[in-house]
Amino acid sequence: MTILSPGRKIEKLDRLAELAAARSDEQGQSLWREAFKRVRRNPAAIAGAVVLLLFVLIAVFGPFFVPYSPTDAVGIRNGEVASGAGRIPGPSAEHWLGYDHQGRDELSRMIVGARQTLLVGVVATLLGLAVGSLLGALAGAAYGLAGRWGRRLDSVLMRLVDMLLAMPSLLLAVSIAALLGPSLITVMIAVGVISIPIFARLLRGSMIAQANSDYVLAATSLGVRRRRIALSHVLPNSLGPVLVQATLTLATAIIEAAALSFLGLGNPNSETPEWGVMLADAQSYLEANAGLAFYPAIGIIITALGFTLLGEAMREALDPKLNR
Amino acid sequence: MALLDVEDLSVVFARRGQRTVRAVDGVDFTIDAGQVVGLVGESGCGKSVTSLAVMGLLPKGSGVRVGGKAVFDGTDLLRMDARAMRDIRGRDIAMIFQDPLSSLNPVVPIGVQVTEVLARHRGLDGEKARKEAAHLLDRVGIPDPQRRLKEYPHQLSGGMRQRALIAMAVACQPRMLIADEPTTALDVTIQAQILELLKDLVHESGTALLMITHDLGVVAGLCDVINVLYAGKVVETAYRHELFAVPRHPYTVGLLGSIPRLDAVRGEKLTPIRGSVRDLLPWAEGCAFAPRCFRRVEACLAGTPALVEMVGGREHRYRCVNPTPLAGSPEEAREADSQKARSDRGEPAPGQAAPGEAAPGEAAPQAEEKV
Repeated sequence: MTILSPGRKIEKLDRLAELAAARSDEQGQSLWREAFKRVRRNPAAIAGAVVLLLFVLIAVFGPFFVPYSPTDAVGIRNGEVASGAGRIPGPSAEHWLGYDHQGRDELSRMIVGARQTLLVGVVATLLGLAVGSLLGALAGAAYGLAGRWGRRLDSVLMRLVDMLLAMPSLLLAVSIAALLGPSLITVMIAVGVISIPIFARLLRGSMIAQANSDYVLAATSLGVRRRRIALSHVLPNSLGPVLVQATLTLATAIIEAAALSFLGLGNPNSETPEWGVMLADAQSYLEANAGLAFYPAIGIIITALGFTLLGEAMREALDPKLNR
Repeated sequence: MALLDVEDLSVVFARRGQRTVRAVDGVDFTIDAGQVVGLVGESGCGKSVTSLAVMGLLPKGSGVRVGGKAVFDGTDLLRMDARAMRDIRGRDIAMIFQDPLSSLNPVVPIGVQVTEVLARHRGLDGEKARKEAAHLLDRVGIPDPQRRLKEYPHQLSGGMRQRALIAMAVACQPRMLIADEPTTALDVTIQAQILELLKDLVHESGTALLMITHDLGVVAGLCDVINVLYAGKVVETAYRHELFAVPRHPYTVGLLGSIPRLDAVRGEKLTPIRGSVRDLLPWAEGCAFAPRCFRRVEACLAGTPALVEMVGGREHRYRCVNPTPLAGSPEEAREADSQKARSDRGEPAPGQAAPGEAAPGEAAPQAEEKV
């Protein structure tokens, strides 16, 4: 996760919105088709997409095919695991990734954990996307189309959003999670809230850029109502960068969700496997079996990397400066 | 009474930290019902800003000050509240813009964009609106309108896009149409077609048309009355034939002289107007065109020249203290003689800033050729 100062963050978001606007102006509808073509030609994007596809398949269907129950302490029952004595066996023919500290099958837990991770990431991102887009659309439409009164509304909304953006995101998430008490829902809300300002800023900037375009002027000159211009002209043209950002946000959401779980702010019931919790649990048994920390960490990194690769490729495809 | 009477229209852009710009500086013109009026001038002379001001489309409250009057059918558009203005736009006055691609929403099918105007002003919806939209596209000469309605702007050719925009503009049979350089973004053959279409529409429906352009060729074929704009003021107004036959303002003469001609000798250079539109004088200090003018005299710098009604002309007015003489008049003969004598001696013409330039000497005889 790159750490940017709030000012830099804002700049970066506004710039992205502008770029996308500039491009859609000149290319129109074919913009997406062309962007898609460009994404397909980018090997990094393909790699990211393949990783993501695998991840999603495992997360969705994997739990139906797990070899053991993720909560069944097989290893304790058959006496192979004695974590107190530092005996946690690693990979074997029956248990491909070995046991965890409570004698449960690690592979099964990884697979079921993938579903949790995807769920948290997607729900949190959708939450941020929904609230952020609502705020951004309101502010953008007000600024771009509603005159002086609109500019005032936009100022108020954006200062609120900037306040959120100014706080270090993980700190904010931890505070929210601490406030709401540890649970899976808490993690989703906390991670969702920290992505609100990103979406709000981006959509607002994008809509303001679009509001200055010729087709808005043309529609205005024909007497089309402002609400209709905002909803059916400006908004659909402004969603591009927001969707790209959503892909990138999925990556950070997964990392942040894992971090919160790791800090004990996630689901308190460690029966349900979750990569962040598994990582936290593994800490105490690093000497017995370092692999236990390795698997969930690799899982988190690879999925986050997949989303980032795809998201960056999409962003590049929309960037006019990187035209090839 | 005129349908639209623009009186002393001014638009000032006063942004903080930037130079105050008087983009339109007291423009007067009128349009009668069913008339085609041209607003001609080079880039930056205030043509488009004039049209946007009349339509109330300039951004409000951001350092833009609009003054004067634009009386349309008895009501001053500039003092109308925003809501009433939105009702008028598209229904009574519609506008066609320069770039048909960017003026259409790229992600909305043509049909939706046409029907939205019909829904807004004529209350049509569903099947009725679709039928009417198809009829409109047919009327502006788009073949296979049913199919085109479902297509996106990028699937249409440039000419067809402009036709679609024209269809949207005439959808509610407005009483006045403003066309802001409607053919600039199109290639020459399409330009002719679009102009032909506009001409037909105007003649059929009796709609008044305000044609904004920098292209005298466009106005020559279309406009009844032509207003030549310079630095935010009308410098010459005349009926088409008269303007082309007896242009009086040196700027008009320069514009006419700068048109490439088919009968010119091969390799002959075009005749430009010296300088650029940026080299202007504030109107308050004299004629804004004076710094570029080949007929400049002392009197040019003594305040804004008044609009003079030409003696014997038909509503022909010009804003010049030393207008180009009429062909065949005694002063014309005198000037031509003295100029010839001077050029024989290798002396520059009076008022010429850079000696040795051929422009003034050439421009004057050309005006006389035209007659």
